[in-house]
Amino acid sequence: MSSLSATIQDVFNEPGCGKNANKSEAERKKGCTKQLQPGGAAGGCAFDGAKIALQPLTDVAHLVHGPIACEGNSWDNRGARSSGSNIWRTGFTTDINETDVVFGGEKRLYKAVKEIIEKYNPPAVFVYQTCVPAMIGDDINAVCKAASQKFGKPVIPVNSPGFVGPKNLGNKLAGEALLEHVIGTEEPDFTTPYDLNIIGEYNLSGELWQVKPLLDELGIRILSCISGDGKYREVAYSHRAKAAMMVCSKAMINVARKMEERYGIPFFEGSFYGIEDSSDSLREIARLLIERGAPDELMARTEAVIAREEAKAWAAIEPYKPRFKGKKVLLITGGVKSWSVVAALQEAGLELVGTSVKKSTKEDKERIKELMGQDAHMIDDMTPREMYKMMKDAKADIMLSGGKSQFVALKAGMPWLDINQERSHAYMGYVGMVKLVQEIDKALYNPMWQQLRQPAPWENSARNWQARAMAQMDAEAAALAADPQAAEQARRAKKICHCKTVDLGTIEDAIAAHALTTTDGVKQHTNASGGCGACAGRIEDILAALPATVASAIPVLQAAE
Amino acid sequence: MAIVTVGKKACAVNPLKMSQPIGGAFAFLGLRGSMPLLHGSQGCTSFGLTLFVRHFKEAVPLQTTAMSEVATVLGGYENVEQAILNIHKRTKPEIIGICSTGVTETKGDDVEGYIKTIRQKHPQLAEFPLVYVPTPDFKDAFQDGWEKTVARMVEVLVETPKTAARRDPSRVNVLPGCHLTPGDLDEIRTIMEDFGLEPSFLPDLAGSLDGHIPDEFVPTTIGGISVDEVAAMGQAAWTIAIGAQMRRAAEAMEKKTGTPFKVFERLSGLIPNDEFIMFLSEISGRPVPEKYRRQRGQLADAMLDAHFHIGGRKLAIGAEPDLLFDLSSTLHEMGAKVMVAVTTTQSPVLERIKTEEVLIGDLEDLENLAKERGCDLLITHSHGRQAAERMNIPFYRAGFPMFDRLGAGHQLSVGYRGTRDLIFDIANLAIADLENNHQPTPDTWRIDDAGAQSEAAAASLH
Repeated sequence: MSSLSATIQDVFNEPGCGKNANKSEAERKKGCTKQLQPGGAAGGCAFDGAKIALQPLTDVAHLVHGPIACEGNSWDNRGARSSGSNIWRTGFTTDINETDVVFGGEKRLYKAVKEIIEKYNPPAVFVYQTCVPAMIGDDINAVCKAASQKFGKPVIPVNSPGFVGPKNLGNKLAGEALLEHVIGTEEPDFTTPYDLNIIGEYNLSGELWQVKPLLDELGIRILSCISGDGKYREVAYSHRAKAAMMVCSKAMINVARKMEERYGIPFFEGSFYGIEDSSDSLREIARLLIERGAPDELMARTEAVIAREEAKAWAAIEPYKPRFKGKKVLLITGGVKSWSVVAALQEAGLELVGTSVKKSTKEDKERIKELMGQDAHMIDDMTPREMYKMMKDAKADIMLSGGKSQFVALKAGMPWLDINQERSHAYMGYVGMVKLVQEIDKALYNPMWQQLRQPAPWENSARNWQARAMAQMDAEAAALAADPQAAEQARRAKKICHCKTVDLGTIEDAIAAHALTTTDGVKQHTNASGGCGACAGRIEDILAALPATVASAIPVLQAAE
Repeated sequence: MAIVTVGKKACAVNPLKMSQPIGGAFAFLGLRGSMPLLHGSQGCTSFGLTLFVRHFKEAVPLQTTAMSEVATVLGGYENVEQAILNIHKRTKPEIIGICSTGVTETKGDDVEGYIKTIRQKHPQLAEFPLVYVPTPDFKDAFQDGWEKTVARMVEVLVETPKTAARRDPSRVNVLPGCHLTPGDLDEIRTIMEDFGLEPSFLPDLAGSLDGHIPDEFVPTTIGGISVDEVAAMGQAAWTIAIGAQMRRAAEAMEKKTGTPFKVFERLSGLIPNDEFIMFLSEISGRPVPEKYRRQRGQLADAMLDAHFHIGGRKLAIGAEPDLLFDLSSTLHEMGAKVMVAVTTTQSPVLERIKTEEVLIGDLEDLENLAKERGCDLLITHSHGRQAAERMNIPFYRAGFPMFDRLGAGHQLSVGYRGTRDLIFDIANLAIADLENNHQPTPDTWRIDDAGAQSEAAAASLH
């Protein structure tokens, strides 16, 4: 376990991460993850993260060492696609029982590896550690080493038991396993000046194949994709690439940076979501390859492909623009998608009314500001009720999010589109952007919505469920207004500026006391929005709602005093 | 009588089984205003949550004590306390149901003890309904988690009626196994109401996970049986348990309240429904309504029409014990041969399955044996899709999870009507298979040089 904690420390100390670089030594040691709140947490564990990151390697047997929950409840649940082997979709687990917990599970693990190699003969077996065997002290590194020697095949330990942290940490620990045991262990048959690694792309719904034909056309070879539609050998010789593109910004930054450090492979962070982003990424790939010795003419060919594809995509999107005019989108996702999809949607003429930044880094937020302007409405954490209100208040016409929040939109009678891992359509590159636009159009203009928004004929339209839900929220607001103490508490509890910890009450009081009308004014008096600036949008909302606030809250406050 | 064998592999391949804690959490989802809480690391909850959401296409409440490595080693008291306090404050549930997991069972957290301390420390929780069930992942399976949890709910939540209390003859408790869908529960409810009975289902997934649109946003379950209704179950005249797994809860009910019970191990098929309907007629004192006389006739006719297609089919089935028993028996009674039966955990019904051997194993076993024995009908949950594709035989999805088709919550197999639909669905799969894969050609019956019939013939005539 000591080596695992050392690895975790090392991952936390990621110079490639801007957020991390700005932290003090003590903060950095604490790690990059917020303490999870019992009874209020959502999301996967570190094991989940490690599995997600590596499972798209298609010819590898992924063996989960643990009780049935870890694999039995989760296998074959990802939308990655393979052009060849399907062994990655086979669920392998030691399914340890009570006896193993008492006497240790190492022997069962060893035998399991043996059975897999005898029956399925994959080029490599990845062994995932989970909480229970980690607790009872099963040494998977030792078992993997012994099995590897005995069977003459790479058996790779992935040390990322669930309880060490959240999914994102698991992504990185998976990267560490590749760096330590796989990358650089084999040599490609040949190399070209056009060899590219794509890091952090999982080929969900086959989206990598929306871009690959363009790379093929340009003669750029994906030497290794880590890990979408990847093969073990490709990862093993990926250290011979000339350049790398890092796709999912934070998941595998350690892999990209350490490969640059160890093998001198320069990388850039890019995205194939959206037309402009796709073009920028293609240019950047060409630039890096040329820097590393590819002929200069590559750039001209790249520009020609970009020009052709952009023209095609714009032409395909053009008919939708009038249909999207004035349509507002609420985007609830995380990380790189919070800005890469923003750009894409704006290109189609949609208006973004908000984007979530819960899982986004500082750079992600900067990008959003570039795209949506300084007053970007960035949502840190939205409760389902707030999402619903936003839709009901007609602040949004459609919500784009991951599967888990879909029912908020759907049950509110609002169009919704899945843009996370469980989606069934691919949205990458130029063709993907056109597909996304088509899907949004299909969702927005489905005639079903009109029927569903009508109450049942026997229901009083003033008393239908939507009206009641709104009434409930109004009642809560009224209750707060009637109870000065609760109102005061609610005002104080609602954090507006997270960087400088300024609450709603403080801001409202400052606005009232100094007759403020601008976010700058609020900043001067309260320091709110003096950090990342993401809350400027929220402060504007407060200023906009001011007449009501001043009229009701302030006298109440005085009365309370 | 079937022999029950336990697989000897070190590595389970393509698991059929799901874990016990989420079986327990599933049961808690059938209570109103409920928040199931898994005591473990957050992954334990998130995997279960994803499964439920993909199966039902519904928002599903499920929380975690979010155990970290350090908390796991030091013991989880603080996490359990914080989780209960947070949930109680934020989501205002009517009940919190707690299941342990492998992580916390390996450490040996004394959650019952924790709950006592928490109740003492926090007066607002002194009387708050908290039900705890130990469900380590490294033992037993999904169905066992459900079985233990429902029994525990009866022990903790049902009140012993005062000695003088009269039993209400029209009230009947129903304890449904986890193999029944919300659609099945609604069907059973309708049948019972048609006899003038008032059924109370524990748990009642039909109230919470039948896909209805809630009146307002509720972070807990949006329906199901309330804690008060559960408390009053002791006043019912009868308890009907459906599936052998529910005998434990029915016995607990009898022990606590004196309510007599009857176990119906199956509610699919003609004869089991005859027994069920006659029992309802007997306890209600009413004749069988005309509607069910007609439905019985429809089922009989469906059996006549479908037996051509189901008779002789070689069935490979993988399911939890009660579902396995139910479906394999119904198809056996239609003339199918149960060639391969794979299940997840021990049960008294296994040896009565109409086959030679029942294997406690995985989907790799199911697939290999099905190939070996030339099966031409596969029944299991959605994870059988890869095997079905490789074998190219008709595949009927049954059980949990069903994530790659819609309508999992409404799939019906109980009652005369449910059995009729089940038989039609499976017969139609067989017909489509015949049309798509086994059309005769001029060479189908030709004898080749070696004197054997061609492969095509062998395949089409099996």
